Amino acid sequence: MKEKFNVIGKPVIRQDGKAKVTGQAKFADDYKFPNTLFGVMVRTKSTHAIIKNIDYSEIENDKNIVTIIDASDIKGAKKTGLIRKDQPVFAFDKIVTPGDVVAMLVGVDVDELRILAKKVKIELEELPSLTDPEKSLDPDSPLIHPEFNTNLVVHHPLRKGDIEKGFNESDYIIEQTYTTPHIEHAYIEPECVTAIPLEGDKGIYIIGSIQNPFTVRRIVAEVLNFPLNKVRVEQAELGGSFGGKDDIMCILSARASIAALKTKRPVKIKYTREESILESYKRHPYRMHYKVGYTKEGKIKAMKIDILADAGAYCSMTPYVTWRSVVQATGPYEIENVWTDVRAVYTNNPYTGAMRGFGSPQIVFAQESLMDDIAVSLGLTPDEIRRINGYRYGSITASGQRLENHDVNLMKVLDTACEATNFREKWLENEKHHNRRIPTIEFKDEIINKNLILSDREFVEPEDTWKKGIGLAISFRGSSLGAEGIDAAAAYLSIQSDGSAYLLCGLAENGQGMKTAYSIIVSEILGIPVENIYYLELTTAHIPDSGPTVASRSTVMGGGAVKNASEILRKRFEDFLRSQWQLTEDDLIVFENNKIYVKGKEKFSLSFSEFTALAYKKGICLASIGWYPGPKIHWDEKVGQGKAYFTYVYGAQVAEVRVNIVTGEVYIDKITAVHDPGKVINLLGALGQVYGGVTQGAGYAIFEELSKQNGFPQELNFDQYLIPTSKDVGEIVPIFIEGKDEFGPWGAKSLGEPTLELTSAAINNAIRNAVGERYFNLPVNLEEVILKRKLRPGDIQRGSL
Amino acid sequence: MKKNKILKKIKLRFTLNGEPVELETLPNKRLLDLLRDDLNLTGTKEGCSIGECGACTVIVNDKAVNSCLMLAGEINGSAIITIEGISQNGNLHPLQENFLKFGAVQCGFCIPGMILSAYALLNKNRRPDEETIKEAIAGNLCRCTGYKQIIEAIKNTKL
Ligand code: FES
Ligand code: FES
Repeated sequence: MKEKFNVIGKPVIRQDGKAKVTGQAKFADDYKFPNTLFGVMVRTKSTHAIIKNIDYSEIENDKNIVTIIDASDIKGAKKTGLIRKDQPVFAFDKIVTPGDVVAMLVGVDVDELRILAKKVKIELEELPSLTDPEKSLDPDSPLIHPEFNTNLVVHHPLRKGDIEKGFNESDYIIEQTYTTPHIEHAYIEPECVTAIPLEGDKGIYIIGSIQNPFTVRRIVAEVLNFPLNKVRVEQAELGGSFGGKDDIMCILSARASIAALKTKRPVKIKYTREESILESYKRHPYRMHYKVGYTKEGKIKAMKIDILADAGAYCSMTPYVTWRSVVQATGPYEIENVWTDVRAVYTNNPYTGAMRGFGSPQIVFAQESLMDDIAVSLGLTPDEIRRINGYRYGSITASGQRLENHDVNLMKVLDTACEATNFREKWLENEKHHNRRIPTIEFKDEIINKNLILSDREFVEPEDTWKKGIGLAISFRGSSLGAEGIDAAAAYLSIQSDGSAYLLCGLAENGQGMKTAYSIIVSEILGIPVENIYYLELTTAHIPDSGPTVASRSTVMGGGAVKNASEILRKRFEDFLRSQWQLTEDDLIVFENNKIYVKGKEKFSLSFSEFTALAYKKGICLASIGWYPGPKIHWDEKVGQGKAYFTYVYGAQVAEVRVNIVTGEVYIDKITAVHDPGKVINLLGALGQVYGGVTQGAGYAIFEELSKQNGFPQELNFDQYLIPTSKDVGEIVPIFIEGKDEFGPWGAKSLGEPTLELTSAAINNAIRNAVGERYFNLPVNLEEVILKRKLRPGDIQRGSL
Repeated sequence: MKKNKILKKIKLRFTLNGEPVELETLPNKRLLDLLRDDLNLTGTKEGCSIGECGACTVIVNDKAVNSCLMLAGEINGSAIITIEGISQNGNLHPLQENFLKFGAVQCGFCIPGMILSAYALLNKNRRPDEETIKEAIAGNLCRCTGYKQIIEAIKNTKL
């Protein structure tokens, strides 16, 4: 393996950076096409109902309406979905969630169309709504999609060892239930897409805020009944996604395309923030029941886990998301006897799908909170309990996979995090000062009678208000899609005769800096500067389908494909030069600093552009397509056993907080994030991933929650759905441990998601360390800390209403 | 018979990125739409439309404002600066340079607003401390970066 790098691992300025700091970068709504029409959605006020009739008579002839589109305009599939075909482009038989759209008004003046949208008469037969996932599988609950005969979307079982024997061998047993809420992706750019009909029967061209152009293409082709090559999808600069601009963009693209073909004009759909939050999918809320048995020495003997995920009204990516949960639910601990069930069910709530973390933030919160409780019950420190049970090289996971062929750096990240924060000493110190409750004073009856004025000692002393806490969480995480998904990616590299290059990978840039990382890989192999590489706009017409950009795939899969494309060229160039210069196999040809030369024979030296000019003249092909198929993995659905992922990454985070026991406020002073992402490709990008992921994780921990009333999201804009601002998170200290791995480019794996999944558990453990109370329900916001319950709009009916 | 009414236009004069501008527009137009639609300056972004996200931040008479909350009529006679106007003769503004150098940009959607909030701050306080910087950008939401590299970039900018 190459040990010394010229570009890899250094801080490199993002290639798309200049356009983004000058306002030149074009996001979906910045594209304007002549003659464009706009689409405005028609929704109902219902959560669950049968659609009897839709009556447009009041608005049909309004001059602002160019056309009205609904399910009757669809030539192909009326219902679509990435995994299961349950989501209508336009609802035609039933309303199953408040975000559902029955029709789209198309015209020039959006404001007028919005007024008209309210005048469409929709005749509905209301059905009882089902918003509590716990009731989904009750025999008398309504079926959300009667065609499937059950509200169960998926059930992933995992069975290892003998669970009863494990509990019998245990000295102690703890049982806990944890919950997590709906979380909004909150990309700052709301959804936007334009569809343009192509003249001459060439099909349709779509450009938008699209996370996965290939999935959009597939869905739109199904809906239009077009072959794939007549749907050309381009990704505009994407204003954040975090897994969130996939299914929703498929649906919006399909709506815009139908209207564009019908009107023969470009049709743009641009969502307001309110529509975005109302209709787009969320992170799954989980209810997680854990039962764990362990010995008095702290060895975990058995773990029984029962998880219920709210899939909401549509399936979306739920089977994959919950599959990651079943693989990782025990946490990174070697446990002989495991019995896990993860079920996801339909409800009338907003649907849930991919979001950064992809099924892990929920379980890490539960299982890492539980580990601390085990430690406390035995008088051990949190790091001790993790050392007793944590994975090492050769450990067997819950799914029966032996961890090998890569550095299993769990203990190393744990030790590093503890040392960097002086964890154990601080933790033990804080344990001495538990005092969650507001301090009380004792008094005798007569004081009240004679003294109505409070004396100083009846107020909380400022030093009693703030309690310090430190908390730890560790995790392992499978890279890429794993045994559930198709896993392969392509890259296209074309060198020009002057030595400049075009590069494109089939995975999509979502703002995480992938284009730059890929260019660095080319630069490392061919020795050309990153600035000389032009990263092409991703359109489905120019590169093979590489699957979705989710689940930490981009570096390991896309990077693998780019490396392959670069190596194909490098090999071809070397072969050509060997014959041109009459070299032997032992001569070492070096590609660096925009030059090619033979080591020790400096007369054989060319600048890269001299070389490309020469190769071009001699008829050498200067382009290549790289391909990276994921290594073989397998999975037994029935017992949840197998080689789930081809490799894993490891992380540890330590949170240091202060808790105000009077107001319930939690202030995050510092998060130390130690990650083994494999090889770091771009240091600046990697740091940004840690800062960003930890901050999202902190929001998940202490304030984010999308609450619902009868399935309607209650926080529809940023005045109510609060995400962290510049003032909300203290210091973040990233530390990288670069483990070796045979997979991925030079062993580079993933980082974006592990950074997020650990934070809420570390913070929850820190809060417990501060106040001596365990919290089981995210977010641990003010009310949770003080009251141990949530104060939600609508939970309590006010007398005045 | 229904009568069709249309709004009368208003005339505006202001300076935009240092250049005098005169135009006619509808009085019910937001400054944000005036910039994006009439003047094709799409660097100014729309994220929430209610003054919460700061993506639409521009500078009006040296102050950072949310252009989604301002009507076109209010800007008559003002000096407006947008993200397109802060680089001089093709050279990036030191803030822009530093946003790149410190890795402060991810998806980039919040970045024009973020840079302009920082620009307004630095023009009245050349050496702000970290708390002041955090305060100045607290109205600009960013979901990608966690703000750290943005704060570093601003702190290290010397005008
Ligand atoms: S769009 Fe103006 S503040 Fe969000
Ligand atoms: S860089 Fe994406 S929102 Fe700030």
